[in-house]
Amino acid sequence: MSGNLPTGAAAPPRTAHEAEPEAGAGPGSVAPGSVRGGAVRRLLRNPLGAASAVVLLLLVVAVLLAPLLAPQAPDVSSLGDAFAGPDAAHPLGMDSAGRDILSRILYGGRNTLGGALIALAVALALGVPSGLYAGYYGGRFDSVAGWGVNLVMALPAMVVLLASRAILGPNVWVLMIVLGVLASPSFFRLVRGIVAGVRKELYVDAARVSGLSDTRIVVRHILVVVRGPVIIQVALVAGVAIGLQAGLEFLGVGSGSSATWGAMLNEAFQNIQRAPLLMLWPGLALGLTNGALVLLAGALRDVLEERGGGGPDGGRVAPRTKEKPSLPAAPVEAGARSPLLSVRGLTVVYGKPDGTRKQVVHGVDLDVRPGEIVGLVGESGSGKTQTAFSVLGILPEGGRIGTGSITVAGREVAGLPERAHRALRGGTVAYVPQEPMSNLDPAFTIGSQLVEPIRQVLGLSRKEAAARALDLLRLVEIPAPERTMRLYPHEISGGMAQRVLIAGAMSCDPELLIADEPTTALDVLVQAEILGLLRRLQEDRGLGVLLVTHNLGVVADLCDRVAVMSDGRIVETGTAEQIVHSPEHPYTRSLLGAVLDDAPAREPWQQRKARSTTV
Amino acid sequence: MLNFIARRIAAGALLLLVISLLSYLLLSIPDLDVGRQLLGQGADQAAVDAKNVSLGLDRPVLVQYGDWLAHAVRGDLGTSWFTSEDVATTVSARLPVTASLMVGVTLVATVVSFLLGVWAGVRRGAVDRFVQVLGVVGYALPGFLVTLVIVLVFAVNLNWFPAIGYTPFAASPSGWLSTITLPVLSLSVASVAGVSQQVRGAVIDVLRQDYVRTLRARGLPMSRIVFRHVLRNASAPALSVLGMQFVGLLGGAVLVEQIFGLPGIGSMTVTYTTRGDVPVIMALVMLTVVGVVLINLLVDVMIGWLNPKARVA
Repeated sequence: MSGNLPTGAAAPPRTAHEAEPEAGAGPGSVAPGSVRGGAVRRLLRNPLGAASAVVLLLLVVAVLLAPLLAPQAPDVSSLGDAFAGPDAAHPLGMDSAGRDILSRILYGGRNTLGGALIALAVALALGVPSGLYAGYYGGRFDSVAGWGVNLVMALPAMVVLLASRAILGPNVWVLMIVLGVLASPSFFRLVRGIVAGVRKELYVDAARVSGLSDTRIVVRHILVVVRGPVIIQVALVAGVAIGLQAGLEFLGVGSGSSATWGAMLNEAFQNIQRAPLLMLWPGLALGLTNGALVLLAGALRDVLEERGGGGPDGGRVAPRTKEKPSLPAAPVEAGARSPLLSVRGLTVVYGKPDGTRKQVVHGVDLDVRPGEIVGLVGESGSGKTQTAFSVLGILPEGGRIGTGSITVAGREVAGLPERAHRALRGGTVAYVPQEPMSNLDPAFTIGSQLVEPIRQVLGLSRKEAAARALDLLRLVEIPAPERTMRLYPHEISGGMAQRVLIAGAMSCDPELLIADEPTTALDVLVQAEILGLLRRLQEDRGLGVLLVTHNLGVVADLCDRVAVMSDGRIVETGTAEQIVHSPEHPYTRSLLGAVLDDAPAREPWQQRKARSTTV
Repeated sequence: MLNFIARRIAAGALLLLVISLLSYLLLSIPDLDVGRQLLGQGADQAAVDAKNVSLGLDRPVLVQYGDWLAHAVRGDLGTSWFTSEDVATTVSARLPVTASLMVGVTLVATVVSFLLGVWAGVRRGAVDRFVQVLGVVGYALPGFLVTLVIVLVFAVNLNWFPAIGYTPFAASPSGWLSTITLPVLSLSVASVAGVSQQVRGAVIDVLRQDYVRTLRARGLPMSRIVFRHVLRNASAPALSVLGMQFVGLLGGAVLVEQIFGLPGIGSMTVTYTTRGDVPVIMALVMLTVVGVVLINLLVDVMIGWLNPKARVA
């Protein structure tokens, strides 16, 4: 990556195995006050961080103490000893001019590391204040600086450095100042991005309203946020600067005769056929320094930017259940298993990276008969979605069915291989998701997203599948179906998108429909339309429906039977009538209490979730 | 889309203009006394002055720049001060070498990065760890050090490829391949390290999207989802990194061409810039900026093609 300065948008890898996939160094995603007193201690507890810090420290100390440690001056040569091997006086041997390699490494480090230090200082001095100013005040300075940054970033550093040498002369220290200028955009972009994000935060507004001066706000609230990422960037830019400095010296366009790691590599390269091992020590010094810097940056990132949650699944799954049985399980409905969907004693477990397992569903029994709508009710995190995903075989990464049995249309799916389970999806059991927009692939048209699974499941030709998709769009009452087929998801409304998803679920004539909060993300009027559509489809086609919801209004409106779920268990089942009008379990009662329409008005500041108030 | 491309080309042209002006002004700061350098210390002052006048150096800088620009837009990049070669001819003779390198690296880096990145993101496990280690190594080691190691192993020890020299494709395709392989390999290491990281991250990100789960629920096999839906959605971030790497690649080419003795633009940069040959330096700077602008335009067009949402902007 010679000459490729870190831009702030192309962050290097993190060292942790569970590196979050992230687009860039995530300006603004950093918690305020990220550098605390314990940061150094935490860094030292991180093995890679500690090791690279120690390596760097040793290198710097050795280079600083070069006059004491080196066996002789770096440029003393005795031609008779050229290419001599290691001995007691010259532990690393001699180079092609009979100079002591160890001495040259130690003294050369002073030039190499010193040059990087200058570049770094210049880059920081230019990039950080301008980034702070541009991010905090925005405006014309921001646009001009942004343009300048883009301009500098369009230039390859190595070419500019070579051209600068023509202007400024062959002085590597001066060139390092130029390199500092070239590297400053990476600090500018980083700082500007973070500051522009933080400036809109409420606590900054609060500070401004309470009359703090801009300078104090920047010092007290903003520098704190910027500090951590800048420290990380320092380590990265230092690595790049060392690499470029060595590259210039290697090309022989640096300061000429004095010892540097790059010049030593050049000299080794000249003698590559005769003494290939000459490359070892300067190469090692360079590789070790840069490796330690990058690893240190990675460790710093892990330590300073500990992101919220920290779960391996990025917080998508919410297995926040406690293992203790907080509520007594209700007596399970007796009787034969339903031919359509029957769940008995289902447990769902998640494996965690440390090897332990966490159970999030603890023995669920559930039946959906043909032509019946069953509500699965409970608050978020109660395990209802996990139960639904188990039936479909689409549990997120790390999750699996522990024990128990699930039969779909008489077929056991617990332990079924993916391929066989897949054959049931679409044609036998279908799924309507919660959030319509995020469930359509933004890169493909509505039409192609409908047609592709139809062809896969039913084996139709493209033309037949397209005709079928068009019929489906009419079925779900989409106004201009031909036109809609050609649109992309971002071109239609949320309600339309949910209709498209329902059309998709219906596309291969399933017997069982699993609808996971199908109306939660929609506004009230659209909710009613979608529920009406679901009911009509269900009646027309005699579908069995498992309706996952936390909205008891929807349950009362739509469902035949209801199962109430809490903490991964079914606590009560019954007809919709029973559950809504005479709930037995205290949890069901509290759930109902939260949504009763004639409940007394709450305190004005208490924000009610819009979704639980609609019936 | 056409509107977007037109605007980007206009912005690129403006960038070129600004950079060329800045470069010209900066290059005029030092009093190089080119006439004296050319004619030697012994020449008498009148001859030196005459030489400077014949090069047009007695005129104000802005007039010189205007003259340069007027010729440059017509494709006349002037004459080298030191070798009297026509700059455009020299550049176009060397361009195929660097172009082979760039195209080769872009192909290799794209294919290998996508293979590794998708594999690492979908399967995780050992390949995933390899990609992550490669990311650290590729970022940590200066490119020319990697190149030296590659020369040492494949050219000096194993003797599989020549360590030095270039054979034009027209002269011998197989010779061309054997002289270009190690340089391409050397430059690809850093690109693959960076881009495969990005592909991996993007693939993991897309696999967690709701629509992937919904497509699975519709009965599509995972392989088809990965190769159609995940790949397409994960390509955009990977492509933008590839585009940004191109700038670094041009810098890397300088070192790699020097090490392998390739007669390309990179080694030309080293030779001519050290002498302060302004017409050549101007041509080289312009060439790199044009390259960067074109690559970024290409990347943006491809991202627009992949991502319909970006097309609107």
